Amino acid sequence: MRTYLFGIALLAGLGCASGRARPAQAPAPAAAAPAPRAPATAQTHAAAESSSVDRAQYPSTYQRHPNPPVLIRNATILTAAGQEIANGSILFKDGRIVAVGATVQAPADAVVVDGTGKYVTPGLIDDHSHLGVYAAPGTQAESDGNEATNPVTAEVWAEHSFWPQDPQIPLAIAGGITTIQALPGSANLIGGRSAILKLVPARTVQEMKFPGAHYGLKMACGENPKNVYRGRGPSTRMGNMAGYRAAFIQAEQYRRRWDKWNKDHQGDQPARDLRLESLAEVLRGNIYVQNHCYRADEMAQMMDLAREFGFHIRSFHHAVESYKIADLLARDSVSVSVWADWWGFKEEAMDGVQQNAALNQQAGGRPIIHSDSPSGIQRLNQEAGKAMYAGIRAGIAITRDQAIRWVTVNPAWALGLDSIVGTLEPGKMADVVVWSGDPFSVYSKALQVYNDGWLVYDRNDPKHQPRTDFELGQVPVPGSDR
Amino acid sequence: MIAYLLAQTIAITGGTVYPVSGPKVEHATVLIQNGRIAAVGTNVTIPADATRIDAAGKWVTPGFVDGGTQMGLVEIGAVPGTREAYVQNDTIAASFNVAEGMNPASTLIPVTRMEGITTVLAAPQGHLVSGQAVLIDLDGATIEQMLVKSPVGIVANFDENAKGEGGGSRAGVAERIRRVFNDALEYARRRAEYNRGAIQPLSASAADLEALLPVLRGQLPLIAVANRRSDIETALRIGREFRLRVILAGGQEAWEIADAIARAGVPVLVEPLDNIPTYDALGVRYENAAALVRAGVKVALLETDTHNARNLRQQAGNAVSYGMTWDQALRAVTLSPAEVFGVADRYGALDVGKVANVVVWSGDPFEFSTGVEHVIIRGREVPLRSRQTELFERYRTLPPKY
Repeated sequence: MRTYLFGIALLAGLGCASGRARPAQAPAPAAAAPAPRAPATAQTHAAAESSSVDRAQYPSTYQRHPNPPVLIRNATILTAAGQEIANGSILFKDGRIVAVGATVQAPADAVVVDGTGKYVTPGLIDDHSHLGVYAAPGTQAESDGNEATNPVTAEVWAEHSFWPQDPQIPLAIAGGITTIQALPGSANLIGGRSAILKLVPARTVQEMKFPGAHYGLKMACGENPKNVYRGRGPSTRMGNMAGYRAAFIQAEQYRRRWDKWNKDHQGDQPARDLRLESLAEVLRGNIYVQNHCYRADEMAQMMDLAREFGFHIRSFHHAVESYKIADLLARDSVSVSVWADWWGFKEEAMDGVQQNAALNQQAGGRPIIHSDSPSGIQRLNQEAGKAMYAGIRAGIAITRDQAIRWVTVNPAWALGLDSIVGTLEPGKMADVVVWSGDPFSVYSKALQVYNDGWLVYDRNDPKHQPRTDFELGQVPVPGSDR
Repeated sequence: MIAYLLAQTIAITGGTVYPVSGPKVEHATVLIQNGRIAAVGTNVTIPADATRIDAAGKWVTPGFVDGGTQMGLVEIGAVPGTREAYVQNDTIAASFNVAEGMNPASTLIPVTRMEGITTVLAAPQGHLVSGQAVLIDLDGATIEQMLVKSPVGIVANFDENAKGEGGGSRAGVAERIRRVFNDALEYARRRAEYNRGAIQPLSASAADLEALLPVLRGQLPLIAVANRRSDIETALRIGREFRLRVILAGGQEAWEIADAIARAGVPVLVEPLDNIPTYDALGVRYENAAALVRAGVKVALLETDTHNARNLRQQAGNAVSYGMTWDQALRAVTLSPAEVFGVADRYGALDVGKVANVVVWSGDPFEFSTGVEHVIIRGREVPLRSRQTELFERYRTLPPKY
């Protein structure tokens, strides 16, 4: 969204924005643990049979980096699980959180970090990123986010575009991000599969793939797809709807054929179709729908579409008008991934309000602050702070715990990972950020970022400041000649 | 030009006042009369008819100035019918002044001013020479009422985006800009012959050449957009050759040659949160603004997303995180831009006689926890309402009442 100074405001490649739940009930008390409860429709299908093909497909080769146990003590700990602990300690070992509390016993070999005056949060999660698929330096050569050759490209996978040497990755790590969903762009009605990644330095995307994570399926409403395909269609919002429906009607048939064959192995194995395979996995509840959608009325249409085909939309992304239907979204357990304050760059973004996240929280929904931006991803904590205070100033009693969930366990839920990451609770993966101060302050910075227990970033130690191949010898290091 | 008709007498009492031109004053009063600041201090006599604003515990600053917008020149980014900052088919658009494209009824104006931004640069974009930028206050029913200064400078582009009209090469950009500057001087020297058609065709229209003359006479700044170090050096070189007053805009790699920029006496407009490397500026980094100020460069901070010019506060706070002092950052969103744009005699500080653009904040203006409590533009308190507050009110309880 950010444009070059005085530059032509290009619609930056439809990266997304430009051309950029908590289950339905009363707002839960802050102490309540997040409820990783899938809605009934998804559960039914998730319990169903296997996928369309019985072989490993592009498996994760992620491995935890070995590291000593770490004890951070005397810090203010935002657990994202209800509690904010003053003068607290947290111990993690072998990639798992062992203990969080006022007093924690540490093993003799633990690295002890003095957290006096510091704050600790779970690693931040951005469920809407185009890192790696729209990599810097932003030339056409790295423009790998939109397979804008057909309105339905469910067959493409973002991981096959993802460039692990994108110099934007270390910048996001320095902002406290430990997990991202890298999405295809929004040119298409159905843009392809997302990649759920541990944000760690790596040579291959396989080394970053979050083990066991469900793929997301990027879908897009509104202006972007109807503008991209104006010549051949869809060229209207009704054309968009017809396009999704036609695709899922085919997918239903494909799913039936494969499910039958998987059960009885009678006759020839059905032909594989990568496009329909992704959609069939949505129908089975194994792939989560991540739906770019701005307008309230369109989100309501998409929820009807999901009902027609029996799948669940995990999150509406951008969802600039979600506050207008926050009750309907909460009822259907659809989370909303929103910005703190972006608006106005196109017509469907005209009705943005700064209280969007807060109003969804108030309605019992599950708000998420996302970035959709290589700049914004570096300060998701600030964006959450902005959105929290915008709500509070307008009289909506947002708690700090709720606001930290907007960038931790709520996006974890949208990715189906909230039982693994997103809170600081014993047994969770040791994705931990030490902040210089209150993470909701404009002046606070991530000092240390641990990903699965590995110190991937330390602001005060150049040995823990990863640089990509891209940067070597061409991005100047302060204090040295070029 | 400035309309004082609606101006009130306002006394802002008891706040911590940051005049910017001097140290902060605790428990001070800012008295506003006839659209101007009439008094600032701890011993101010308040007229009986004054509207009082109790600012005890609050922070009082000059209105913020954003030097990087297209305010009033864009309503919806993706709707061409609402965009006015770019004039087509004019490589040297020096005579294009954006003012008459301005929409005083833009919804962006209330959205922006209610968060403490009271004055902005509205700049043209595109081409080698984009046109004339103007400074506006964010209040007024007509363009004339909004204008603070027109023109403030002529925008020229030395960055990657300019190459298309520079023959595809940076050297071509420099050559074409030099050529048109020389042609403007030639035009001025031989106007009579020009009018008779007695000289070779020049590289721009008479109107554009004419418009460049104030720049070439040093009366009007050239706002030079450049990010790569070598492009910045080119802009400085051309500035020296033609003895121009240069304002550097963007300046993403400026930190690498901060001392040279300081020696040239060239101010820089910086967006602190720029740090995504491109081939136009691989060295872009958060510490840019602080490094420049440390070297003695005058820096004004920007938020270039016009719809979110209100985030100038966040830009300033982050500039502090990455090395500016808080006082430097406050100056860089108030007095420094006023100086850079040539209006420091009227704007940028809470000094007696200056235009009363004043903001009362609940706390540190850069912090997210801080709200804006009062905004006064030219002595008039503006309502803290916008299209966004109306949408919020409509939908704060569901279902809405239509």
